Amino acid sequence: MNLQPGLIAKKLGMTQLFLPDGTRVPVTVLSVKGNTVTAHRTTERDGYTALQVGFEEQKASRMTKADLGRFGKAEISPRKHVREFRVSADVLANHPVGQDISLDLFAEGAAVDVTGTSKGKGFQGVMKRHNMRGKPATHGVHEYFRHGGSIGCRLTPGRVQKGKRMGGQMGNVRKTEQNLTIAKVLPEEGVLLVRGSIPGSNSSIVTLRLSHKAALRAQHAAARGKK
Amino acid sequence: MSYTSPTIEAIERAHLRKDLPEFRAGDTVKVHALISEGGKERVQIFEGVCIHRKRGGARGSFTVRKMSHGVGVERVWPEASPLVVNVELVNRGKVRRGKLYYLRGLRGNAARIKTKLGAYASTLAIDGAQTDADSEAVPAEGAPE
Repeated sequence: MNLQPGLIAKKLGMTQLFLPDGTRVPVTVLSVKGNTVTAHRTTERDGYTALQVGFEEQKASRMTKADLGRFGKAEISPRKHVREFRVSADVLANHPVGQDISLDLFAEGAAVDVTGTSKGKGFQGVMKRHNMRGKPATHGVHEYFRHGGSIGCRLTPGRVQKGKRMGGQMGNVRKTEQNLTIAKVLPEEGVLLVRGSIPGSNSSIVTLRLSHKAALRAQHAAARGKK
Repeated sequence: MSYTSPTIEAIERAHLRKDLPEFRAGDTVKVHALISEGGKERVQIFEGVCIHRKRGGARGSFTVRKMSHGVGVERVWPEASPLVVNVELVNRGKVRRGKLYYLRGLRGNAARIKTKLGAYASTLAIDGAQTDADSEAVPAEGAPE
């Protein structure tokens, strides 16, 4: 499980940067301004440890009294989006309730995982959804141009195998893009530029964590060093 | 063009080239481009006809085509690329298309472009300067990009 601290971010869109050698770097611009720790989850009280993080300030008049109570308890202004990040207990101690999460954690070149909801494509056929080839447009083919071919056998087994790829809802699912590098940090604007694309449409809310795999690699390297 | 967030516009504005002269498709230009050769960098001058110019501020690009020993050579540069050191406007061409891809099928005299007389109205070529000036004067119209 990814136990790295993270941020809630808003995807603003994509643009490009240039390296001094002329290489073009495609980047996604993420607004991360105002990520505040709103609560802690502790083993004693909740059975697990996590950071609860709030993002984007919201007018108090738009909140329910219950939510206002929660933010009031932490003595921070109400936030639109609240997410939990499972972290280890020692990380919890470094991020007291009410404190903004510092962008220092996310240095240039650090690897991150970005989780969001991918763009919904609706109910799609097998050609778009599973990249099947369909049938030729000529040579006597009729009425089967975008079909995926046979979906099974005959009397044995007499049914379609489970997991057979067919048409259906495509997109609008939770997706994680792993191991993206941070291309640039603009601390004053509260903006992170992440190399490559991330799931979801512009202005959608995503979560961004330090890379799980990078942490594992560091852990393994340390273990090897000890031997 | 679709909506671009003000944050992204600010990031792109930092990459805008304000040092390039105004040039458009049909113009003959000298592009001073950095090339690395044997671990060293030097500036190479590529002179030819600009056959495509994609506007879009820092995301724009242009293509320059020339005949080299009877072979057509085209190079594409992003406008914001640090490899483009300078662009010199050599000659302005009289053309009626925005993209001169038809030149690829022509050679010799047929591929020649007539010189256009008169100077460009201003130095408005710099997309950013134009955008800024326009948006300040007539905010309702918005950016031309």
